[in-house]
Amino acid sequence: MKRFIAALFILPMLFSGAGADDGLIERIDALATGKLKDRAAQIEAISETGDARAVPALQALRDGSLYFRKSDKKVFLAEKSGSDFVLKDPLTAAEVETLSKSAVRKVKVNNRLRRQLTAVIGSMTLESPDPGTRLAAARTIFKTGDVSALEALEAAIRTEQNADVLAAMELARASALLKSDAETFEKVKAVELVGTRGGRDAVPLLKELESSQDESIAQAAGKQIAQIEKAQVLWNSAQTVWYGISLGSVLLLAAIGLAVTFGVMGVINMAHGEMVMLGAYTTFVVQEVIRGSFPGLFDYSLLMALPLAFLVAGACGFAMERGIIRFLYGRPLETLLATWGVSLILQQAIRTIFGPTNREVGNPSWMSGAYELGGLTLTANRLWIVVFALIVFAALFLVLKRTGFGLQMRAVTQNRKMASSMGIRTPWVDALTFALGSGIAGIAGVALSQIANVSPNLGQSYIIDSFMVVVFGGVGNLWGTLVGAMTLGIANKFLEPYAGAVLAKILILVFIILFIQKRPRGLFALKGRAVEA
Amino acid sequence: MITSFVFKALDRRAIWVIAVLVGLAVLVPLLNLALPAGHPLHVPNYAISLMGKYLTYALLALALDLVWGYCGILSLGHGAFFALGGYAMGMYLMRQIGARGVYGDPVLPDFMVFLNWQELPWFWYGFDQFWFAAIMIVLVPGALAFVFGWFAFRSRVTGVYLSIITQAMTYALLLAFFRNEMGFGGNNGLTDFKDILGYAIQADTTRAALFSASALALAAAFLICSGIVRSKFGKVLVAVRDAESRSRFFGYRVENVKLFVFVVSAMMAGVAGALYVPQVGIINPGEFAPANSIEVVIWTAVGGRGTLVGPIVGAVLVNAGKSVFTAAFPEFWLFALGALFVAVTLFLPKGIVGALSGLATRRPRRPAPVIRDAAGEAAE
Repeated sequence: MKRFIAALFILPMLFSGAGADDGLIERIDALATGKLKDRAAQIEAISETGDARAVPALQALRDGSLYFRKSDKKVFLAEKSGSDFVLKDPLTAAEVETLSKSAVRKVKVNNRLRRQLTAVIGSMTLESPDPGTRLAAARTIFKTGDVSALEALEAAIRTEQNADVLAAMELARASALLKSDAETFEKVKAVELVGTRGGRDAVPLLKELESSQDESIAQAAGKQIAQIEKAQVLWNSAQTVWYGISLGSVLLLAAIGLAVTFGVMGVINMAHGEMVMLGAYTTFVVQEVIRGSFPGLFDYSLLMALPLAFLVAGACGFAMERGIIRFLYGRPLETLLATWGVSLILQQAIRTIFGPTNREVGNPSWMSGAYELGGLTLTANRLWIVVFALIVFAALFLVLKRTGFGLQMRAVTQNRKMASSMGIRTPWVDALTFALGSGIAGIAGVALSQIANVSPNLGQSYIIDSFMVVVFGGVGNLWGTLVGAMTLGIANKFLEPYAGAVLAKILILVFIILFIQKRPRGLFALKGRAVEA
Repeated sequence: MITSFVFKALDRRAIWVIAVLVGLAVLVPLLNLALPAGHPLHVPNYAISLMGKYLTYALLALALDLVWGYCGILSLGHGAFFALGGYAMGMYLMRQIGARGVYGDPVLPDFMVFLNWQELPWFWYGFDQFWFAAIMIVLVPGALAFVFGWFAFRSRVTGVYLSIITQAMTYALLLAFFRNEMGFGGNNGLTDFKDILGYAIQADTTRAALFSASALALAAAFLICSGIVRSKFGKVLVAVRDAESRSRFFGYRVENVKLFVFVVSAMMAGVAGALYVPQVGIINPGEFAPANSIEVVIWTAVGGRGTLVGPIVGAVLVNAGKSVFTAAFPEFWLFALGALFVAVTLFLPKGIVGALSGLATRRPRRPAPVIRDAAGEAAE
């Protein structure tokens, strides 16, 4: 009936229009005329055209940013700037002119009209040629359960080609149907559809239905809610596992260099965290240079920082081994103290050069954003860090097992004297091994600069964790480090909801302390003579 | 038996050290209180607190030397025992504030009122009595050391593994004490003390008394350590340090030996912390930081581990250096401390006292890794 009246009202205007385009603009301009009570019909007239170009104007009307010029009663999208208004063409959104407040007036609207506008916009967007617009429109209707959009949805479903959009529309129709006065059996079917496809967003809708008068609907809704919640629990634990893996890979990155210096060489390097810090600061410097000189290359800054960080931290490690550590082999406690001294010096050096505050390290564009995987949300930077940690692990593994240097390294670890008599330059191998471990820490610094604060204290916050990982996993065993890092990461994240972040960490520490009592050599202990060495 | 223990403990060096400490305990407060401010021999008030603080550090370093120098247990968590002792004292001092706090609650300390707590948590009961606090000061660190050592030594966690888990222990405590829910004042710790044993804590006489108490406690601890080291048990201790497996095969219960000395050392550290807190006026979770515990190790190493006198010398020297440096060139203190770590381990493995007594006795050098029982040798 409403439509009929609207059509009657509009009819004369339709014929007065010169062409299709002008017809639309005139219908929009018509909003500036008449009283508030005429507006419903005017809006309906615009929706009749089915022209999606009118949507911005309708949205502006709903949001109260549609104004008309007093002089000629032309309607514009208006944007306030100071006390003036910037007027834009309602169809093209091109800027027209800037007028003072007194020269324009808002097109009035009330709540009833706003509801009507929402529905009209929904149905107009459902016919839009852009599938993205249609999808968004369908999702909006699904959330609001707008009964008035039902007709538009039915029409849209009949013509829809895109499978994703179609699914969303069917879901939206089911949601709208539930609010309508349809037959019970239809509603039950709709409940099932909403329940199976709607996921988390369907829960509020179903909750509402659970208290419905109709028993069968209430029952069906209850069943669906239970199912959704069950699935939700599953997805939630999957998400926790993912967070755990993400934390585990950070731990792995921090600990993997230590697995070489401590695990393979048996050197307690308390300055290990500072090698990570050096890597992070190298990234900072690389980014500064790129920002200053080649801003176009910013996305490649991390790739450039990787080899540099390896070299800087590796060179630093090499110098440490030659200068200090080689005099202290066989005296692990003294090594611990001397490297702690080095770590203090490095920290203070960085503090003197770069200042004590956090430094800004930017994320390249390919590391921002997030991916949706079922009910999981994977942020891109975490995902890359997991991938990166595994790549570093694999690379180190290959170096140890497949290269001549790795062979020499293992030989020296297993039997220094024999290796030496076979012609291996053991001091040289020691120095290179230490440099390798430090260099890997530097690479880890590049990755950690993306998620942690780059400050002189960066290394300190990781040193205890990395030692825990190596000791827990078993010294001298790369697989142990991997398993240790992942176990601790996941366990930490599972404890967090129950105990809070800090208490979870404490519990993990206590667990490791107790674990070491039980298995002093870690999860994957080396067997044989190497143990006693 | 006790007389013979004390008698044995008093070799020439011990007598000297104890005499000096007792002398300080009497003389310094006298010079502070009896002489007018303008007199050349007058000890200023700030110096009393500062020196008192050094003496508690020296006591902590001495405690560490007992386990590290004589038993080879490098604890990187001795700061935890120190801080626990400090917290026990801090709780007593908090209860002494009474209704004079900002919120004026007669029972609850300010931070509990602030957190909207209705009543005192059970573990705060009894701390209004000094005797109870005094027991807790040795009992709590001792109990923690006992439990920790019981597990660690029984399963033969040694060397760097032990060092790392002691570090993890103090780190875990650091995190725990940062939590407001623990009921120890969270981030801010305990501060704003008013009285100790009924005397105003800021008063000159109280400060002087606390200094004397620190010096006497250090002297007593030195006597105990010296007695332990020179007894038959001390010889076993050194045997465990130098050849653990062999001592075990001889029939000594290595884990019990270690446990005993670890607990004694933790108790001494607790006493040091308890004397430290009233002199600096605050205790907060920062004292648990692993870096602090490692710093204690460097005091001991600088002075000379396994000498008992060394750690006292080292703690006082390093901290005096720190006070001077941080005032004059704050940027360079960490450089200096870091360099000290490296230099001492590379060039002075026996520390200042070890090097000096090596010069004094002019003996041919022995192989490097064996650390001599310098205190014993000097008595020969």
